[in-house]
Amino acid sequence: MTTRRLRLDNTVIVLFALIGVIIIGAVLVSTVGRNFFSDGNIRDILTGMSVLGFVAIGQTLVILCASLDLSVPYVVSLSSLIAAETMQGRQENILWAVILTLLVAAAIGLANGVIVAGLKVNGFIATLGVGLIIKGYLATEYKGTAGSVPWEFQLVGASGLGPVPISTIIMVGLAVLVALFLRKTRTGHHMFAVGGNPAVSRLSGLRTWQPVVVAHVMCSVMAALAGLLLASRLGVGSPTVGSQGGYDLLSIAAVVLGGTLLLGGRGSIWGTIGGVAIFAVLDNVMSVMQVNPFLKDVVRGIVIVAAVAIYTGRAIERRRARFSKDASGSAGTPPVDAEVAR
Amino acid sequence: MNERSIGQSLSRAGLTLVRPRGAVFLLLLVLLVWITVLNPSFAEPGQLMRFIQRVAPVAIVAIGQYFVIVSGEFDLSMGSLVTAQVVIAGNLIGQDDSRSIPVLGFMLLFGALIGLINGLVTTLLRVPSFIVTLGMMLALLGGILFWTGGAATGNPADGFRQIGRGGIRDVPIIDFLPWSALLLAVILAAAIWFSRRPFGKSLIAVGDNVTMARYAGVRVWWVKTSAFILSSLSATVAGVLLVGYAGVHPSVGRGYEFIAITAVVLGGVVLGGGRGWVVAAAAGAFALEALFTLLNFAGVPSTMRDAIQGGIIILAVAYSATTFRARRRRGPLETSPAMGKRPDPTLDPVSPALQDREPAGQRTDNGGI
Amino acid sequence: MRRRANVAIAMVGAAALIALAGCSTDPTVTPPEDTGTPPVINEWFDQAQYDKQFAERGVTPQGPSSQPYLQYINAEMVDTSEFASAGAKKVCFANASISNPWRQTGWITMNQQLKELQASGAISEMETRDAQDNDDTQIADIDYFIEEGNCDVFLISPNSTAAMTPAVERACATGKPVIVFDRGVQTDCPVTFIHPIGGFAWGIDTAEFLIDHLQAGDKVVAFRILPGVDVLEQRWAAAEKLFSEAGIDAVDYFTGADPVKIKQIISDELAKGDVKGIWMDAGDGAVAALEAFEDAGVDYPVITGEDELSFLRKWKETGVTGLAPVYSNFQWRTTLLAVQKIFAGEEVPKEWVLPQDPIFVDELDSYLAKNEGMPGGHYAKFGGEDLVGYPQVWQARVMP
Repeated sequence: MTTRRLRLDNTVIVLFALIGVIIIGAVLVSTVGRNFFSDGNIRDILTGMSVLGFVAIGQTLVILCASLDLSVPYVVSLSSLIAAETMQGRQENILWAVILTLLVAAAIGLANGVIVAGLKVNGFIATLGVGLIIKGYLATEYKGTAGSVPWEFQLVGASGLGPVPISTIIMVGLAVLVALFLRKTRTGHHMFAVGGNPAVSRLSGLRTWQPVVVAHVMCSVMAALAGLLLASRLGVGSPTVGSQGGYDLLSIAAVVLGGTLLLGGRGSIWGTIGGVAIFAVLDNVMSVMQVNPFLKDVVRGIVIVAAVAIYTGRAIERRRARFSKDASGSAGTPPVDAEVAR
Repeated sequence: MNERSIGQSLSRAGLTLVRPRGAVFLLLLVLLVWITVLNPSFAEPGQLMRFIQRVAPVAIVAIGQYFVIVSGEFDLSMGSLVTAQVVIAGNLIGQDDSRSIPVLGFMLLFGALIGLINGLVTTLLRVPSFIVTLGMMLALLGGILFWTGGAATGNPADGFRQIGRGGIRDVPIIDFLPWSALLLAVILAAAIWFSRRPFGKSLIAVGDNVTMARYAGVRVWWVKTSAFILSSLSATVAGVLLVGYAGVHPSVGRGYEFIAITAVVLGGVVLGGGRGWVVAAAAGAFALEALFTLLNFAGVPSTMRDAIQGGIIILAVAYSATTFRARRRRGPLETSPAMGKRPDPTLDPVSPALQDREPAGQRTDNGGI
Repeated sequence: MRRRANVAIAMVGAAALIALAGCSTDPTVTPPEDTGTPPVINEWFDQAQYDKQFAERGVTPQGPSSQPYLQYINAEMVDTSEFASAGAKKVCFANASISNPWRQTGWITMNQQLKELQASGAISEMETRDAQDNDDTQIADIDYFIEEGNCDVFLISPNSTAAMTPAVERACATGKPVIVFDRGVQTDCPVTFIHPIGGFAWGIDTAEFLIDHLQAGDKVVAFRILPGVDVLEQRWAAAEKLFSEAGIDAVDYFTGADPVKIKQIISDELAKGDVKGIWMDAGDGAVAALEAFEDAGVDYPVITGEDELSFLRKWKETGVTGLAPVYSNFQWRTTLLAVQKIFAGEEVPKEWVLPQDPIFVDELDSYLAKNEGMPGGHYAKFGGEDLVGYPQVWQARVMP
């Protein structure tokens, strides 16, 4: 029960923080003679949310399982290239290209998951390594942008319902699905369990590797969707578009900003969406205010830390040791620790 | 196993190499031999000194990162701090040698301040260090670039740069002894000393299990904050070396946080804290740089380097993780005598073999409290 | 046992993944690369562009020679009378970034030019959105300007060529003038595209210089910032072709302009054998490159850097055989002057090719004297000596 309450609380705080940021932003924007709530501005914010939103939804799942995914930027770039090269500007190739892209991403996610859960390599290192491998592949294989995306597919990134881009609607739709997945399915529940306490999960008979692998696969697929959206917006595939966005660290920051514990086990998709929205509003306001780009990073850095400090201040007693330890012997931890600490 | 005299120490050394904790030394050895095969002149003492000079900044950063990681935290702000210190040196010293000492003092203070902020926000405000130092990374780099208009000022005075660039010339045998190699040796020695002091023990205890360490009377906030200060100071020293070695450029230091973490992990230090050996962390830095050197000598296209580096990290860590567990399942056997020399395995909280090693465990642990 | 099997499978998977990355092309397609120097096939090489830029290097530009930023080469002029109108105009500038010294210098010059045009009443204000090197952000920036900017003219410095094309076309569709500079786009809808001669010309100037001063079989180490950026890739494509034809043994490395990496690579190369020449696609690391030779105690190489002052000063101090190719920084002010011309109804070149002359050793002293007191990251041919605030603004280098 306490888990449920905490999650709600944090999501509510994110919502309040978002509203606060919007109010401050609207006031600041009006001081330079602009309307924060105009169609163009709302579209700018929502567009800014879409790509990071996809990545952050996937990252939430991985972090819930007490892992991390640092390979997302390269999966994003690779996906944009596979999609654009497979489509070759032809409408009839769209479906096949999308399927192929998602399959490749799923395979990468599987590799991540197997290395983390099977080889017991810490998620940070495993996905850093896989990311470097993909990065090397991209740099060797691709010289600049490649492929081309047919007009019909470009519409996904370019059109919208009123001020709401189609891509945002898809992103929110997926967020609903993933939230349902976490709430309704057994694997979803197990993600919380495994991230919360792997030792107890194991003792209660869970196959602890399964949720971790599933989370990594879903995360890579989500990153691939972000890559598809970028291919649609750019009209081509790009080997650098993922690293340009810095989606690895930004998505982790957005997830934590959204109230999910970096240690795993607690969090919510809607908090993450809130975190992504806060970043998008922040970026939008700073761009409208024409803040010096170097100072933008300073503001981002301070906001990330300050915002997270709001939650953590309340969750003091819930901290555990960072990241899951080598799980095989954790069951025996308490007595041994007593020895150590004496 | 022959347990006598010289044979014993030899076999012990051999065992250490194949053991996961020693794997990094084996990896380093293989890489160095491989480089020498490709390019025999590498083994000349002079060339080796140049190699150490090159690795020194990375190894120092890795040593700093070791303290943070072993206490269960991360420091992602190291790269930005290196860049910041390089730029500060370039801007504040300029061409005036007489400013070297005061500016050096300022840089150390600035570094300590950054570490203090990282540490206090992590421990007192309870923000995960991953996030604290990520925010610091963004803010520090943005701030320093804003202040200097993109770090465009030239290099600092040559006198200051000698720390990273120069050394003692005409030394017998090795010909050239770089200051940075000396500095690295001093820092490594200091780090080993720190690790053996109560502070080092507390650090590992805190990384292992915060609650228990707290019950045992460790001032957790101060121990962790000190680790962050050490880490930031090491980034400062690396900055001083790099501004000498390479000069001022906003890309100096870029990615050092990941290189340092990779080096530390290659050295068998466990992310999440509680286990690790600082010498192995430094060896990890050497192995990583040896790998880059090998790829240069082997003429591997520079675009492929990342891929190879990624593969090696995964395999090395997977090797440690799997063989370590396999070994543990087999029981203590030959592991105890050699491993008891290092503080880390005795603190291993998950080893079923610990009861058998009780005396060794007590000896090292009690020092920590 | 089962876990052991899992571990084994996972190990194989990881190894396969590495092998996948290692396998850069379908082995059935690529011939084995074992013989000497195979003919250079660089996919960035474009013979037509190469020939065009080769020729443009020899053309005397039209326009006032005291104002190189207003000169143009082989221009086809377009009529802009449809845009002619009185009054101060609002400029909307979608900038790729100010993340390197070249862009920073240009950005400062542009802002000083802006002040003069504001004072003269040609421009009311310039609203700038900086994409921080991100394609997706720049697309959103352009779309924002189209909808919310109340812009009279769009200035776009594209972050990448192909990806920015759809957004630039949308800007053109508003019917307002669009000016593109630095990197291009794959559409001719902008009123004018302003750029120096180009990357191939850079590659030709530098490679010819090195070939003149070296002999066949000599080794040249080439330092490149990053792959996949057309203006940089074309520099190398041209140079690589010429080196290969002249029998120069050239190896290239990507360094991200990091002087630490540059120095390490040189010391490794020196350990392998002599290095006679250094080629760079941007001058950031030239000083570090020369220092690596000093540290190793060997003779300086022949070097091509850039017109960045840190390199020019090192060149003067050491007396190396050097050349400073130029990617004309003054294009940043040309862009705003083009705005003035377009609204005055004056004709402008459809493709505004600015002169791009390297600095040779006989001009070194004069450029050093002209730029005395400037920071190391300043570019000698920044072309803003007559602007308000010279030289303090460039010396202080406060980013607007």
